[in-house]
Amino acid sequence: MSHAKPIATLRSATGIPTGRLAIWWVLASEVVIFGGLIGSYLLHRLGHPEWADAAAVTNTTIGAINTFVLLTSSFTAVLAHQAAEKGDGKTAAKYLLFTIGGALTFVCIKSYEWWSEISHGYTIASHTFWSFYYTMAGLHALHVIAGAIIMGVVALDAYRGRELHRVELIGIYWHFVDVVWIFLFPLLYIAK
Amino acid sequence: MADTAVAIDHESHADAHHGPTGILKYVWSTDHKIIAMQYLFTGMFMAVIGGFMAYVFRMQLAFPGISVPGYGQVSPGEYNSLITNHGSIMIFWVAMPVLIAAFGNFLIPLMIGADDMVFPRINRLSYQIFLLSALILLASLFVAGGGFGGAWTSYPPLSAVGEYNQTNIGATMWLIAVALEFVAFLLGGINFIVTLMNSRAPGMKAYDIPLTAWMIVLASVLFMLSVGPLIAGAAMLLFDQTLGTGFFDPARGGDPILWQHLFWFFGHPEVYVVLLPAIGFTIDITSTFARKKVFGYKIMLYTAVATAVLSFFVWAHHQFVAGIDPRMANVFTITTLLISVPVGELLFVMIATLYGGAIRLAVPMLWALSFIAEFLIGGVTGIFLGASGADIYFHDTYFVLAHFHYTFFPIAIIGTFAAFTYWFPKMFGKMLDERLGKIHFWGTIIPFNFIFIPLFMLGGIGQHRRIYNFEHFPELAEPWMYNLRAIATISLVIMLLFQLVFFLNVIKSWIGGEKAGNNPWKANTLEWSTVSPPPHGNWAPADLPKVYRGPYEYGHPDREEDYWPQNEPD
Repeated sequence: MSHAKPIATLRSATGIPTGRLAIWWVLASEVVIFGGLIGSYLLHRLGHPEWADAAAVTNTTIGAINTFVLLTSSFTAVLAHQAAEKGDGKTAAKYLLFTIGGALTFVCIKSYEWWSEISHGYTIASHTFWSFYYTMAGLHALHVIAGAIIMGVVALDAYRGRELHRVELIGIYWHFVDVVWIFLFPLLYIAK
Repeated sequence: MADTAVAIDHESHADAHHGPTGILKYVWSTDHKIIAMQYLFTGMFMAVIGGFMAYVFRMQLAFPGISVPGYGQVSPGEYNSLITNHGSIMIFWVAMPVLIAAFGNFLIPLMIGADDMVFPRINRLSYQIFLLSALILLASLFVAGGGFGGAWTSYPPLSAVGEYNQTNIGATMWLIAVALEFVAFLLGGINFIVTLMNSRAPGMKAYDIPLTAWMIVLASVLFMLSVGPLIAGAAMLLFDQTLGTGFFDPARGGDPILWQHLFWFFGHPEVYVVLLPAIGFTIDITSTFARKKVFGYKIMLYTAVATAVLSFFVWAHHQFVAGIDPRMANVFTITTLLISVPVGELLFVMIATLYGGAIRLAVPMLWALSFIAEFLIGGVTGIFLGASGADIYFHDTYFVLAHFHYTFFPIAIIGTFAAFTYWFPKMFGKMLDERLGKIHFWGTIIPFNFIFIPLFMLGGIGQHRRIYNFEHFPELAEPWMYNLRAIATISLVIMLLFQLVFFLNVIKSWIGGEKAGNNPWKANTLEWSTVSPPPHGNWAPADLPKVYRGPYEYGHPDREEDYWPQNEPD
């Protein structure tokens, strides 16, 4: 079944390309989802100073390494966007692969971290701090995994020189995933 | 005109439908009109189920212990499940899909002169996720323990602990169904918003957009911005149910009131999410049948925006008895009473539009006028509940129940019938029967008032909600109270029976109705400039309309005709 784009998709009354406009609205809906979760956590944390004892256990070093990995993967997403702007799909695909590599590294480190914490008895049900810890980081990790999969599809298209505008769109999404982590890292790791 | 349209039809079919044929063409279609029909019929099917549930538990309340015809005896557990799922279905699987998804899908591209939504495949995905959510909800009614029985507000710890709600599996399935429904409407909403922003016909400026399209899109924005925290809350509640976390369990450092905040931060804006589309339909219909320009287009639009913004600051009026700080209760009393100003203004604009018009009482207009009258009662009784002092007395009584049915019934049922009877000629190319339409109208409106006015009275004497059998409460089991309950229940049965007239009318008109032509109501907006029903692509690609003026130019003094379509060159 052919999927010729409707005329509606090609119009741009605002001057903003349709895909970019849509991705910003996706982010708006994501902001309130993470906002609700982070807000709930913050209110709980302020009301329970004793949660600091549980928070003391989280591994700041691993969190910092993961922050570095994620920020670097955002940098290669920018390079991919630059290449796509010049119409160089192959280079864009290469940089997107680096970003996917960053995502995989992030998920692997996170798995190791969770495995060691769970094996020490800090499970999602052991304390409400840990419930928030696993829920917030877990929701974020789901976004990382989903983003990596979509990026694979975009990279494949870009390699064949198709739909190059999507390189920018997945980049915008990836920066958002990054920004969420920038909030989670201090809230879950640094605030002891 | 008709001949060219047939030609277009063949042409576009030739290049747009290489794929599935027959019935599959409709199942897998990405055409916004087909998706609108899918939402419409799914919503109507769910409405029949929700209505049947209301009939069953109302029979139990009025005639305790009776074997309900068509159902049998109602056990306390079943009663809980019936009221919970009645509420959930009517809001999430009837009001939302019909008012926003069905009419939004059908009308937005047509009203702005586009050939489809900007993301047709995401549109189809949205419906498929919605259908999945409906199937999960319906399946939950048949699992061990029955459907979820912890009320549609799903307050923990009742909803979080299987031992309390007795519907372990049902509760989790209900939660997953609701969460999937939210995902479906987020996808659909992004599509609506981007389509309206980017795909308008050349010449259509922001203030040339028909108010219906504006209102559905404002509702989509409002939904998107309010539902996020509840999605997070739903995940937390799901973990409380299944993984043994204690987010909402005070014994483990959690807080049950947090759920109430997350729920009502969405739940109150949700009232306006469904209200705004109904307001949009009503004002469009009022303008067309009064043959008069909308009184204050911009006022209407800005007021709707003000309502949407204010609706984020009223949620705690649902929690006045939950132990919130009385100073906080005062703040929320003030914001709640404030929101009646813009909502009142919306109704005044409609009444001012009627003033001096050449009013024609066709069936859609009757529905639109009854919306104004009935919603007014719902709004005015809300003042009692918004004031914390009065609410402490009325809280969780049938007064609350009657109040929100006086808002939701006009929104979801009257609003739908108004829109359906108005756009039916465009959707199916046939006129509805006026006489059957009027019988159905009066057969719905009169019993509706006889259902809920008795419930206002019972609520006033303190009759509590969510009680299975009032015989267990001697002070609520007086004969005169049972008479009022019987009036409400019998009126409900009468109202439900009159819906058969509606279905008869739809089937009869669809098969043998008079041909509608392009513009049977002589209205100005773009959807009336194409054939009825519109072909795939709505207009021939070369004939996509251009816009020269606003949508409500009725009775212009320089013109012989009393209307002036948006796409007619000067």
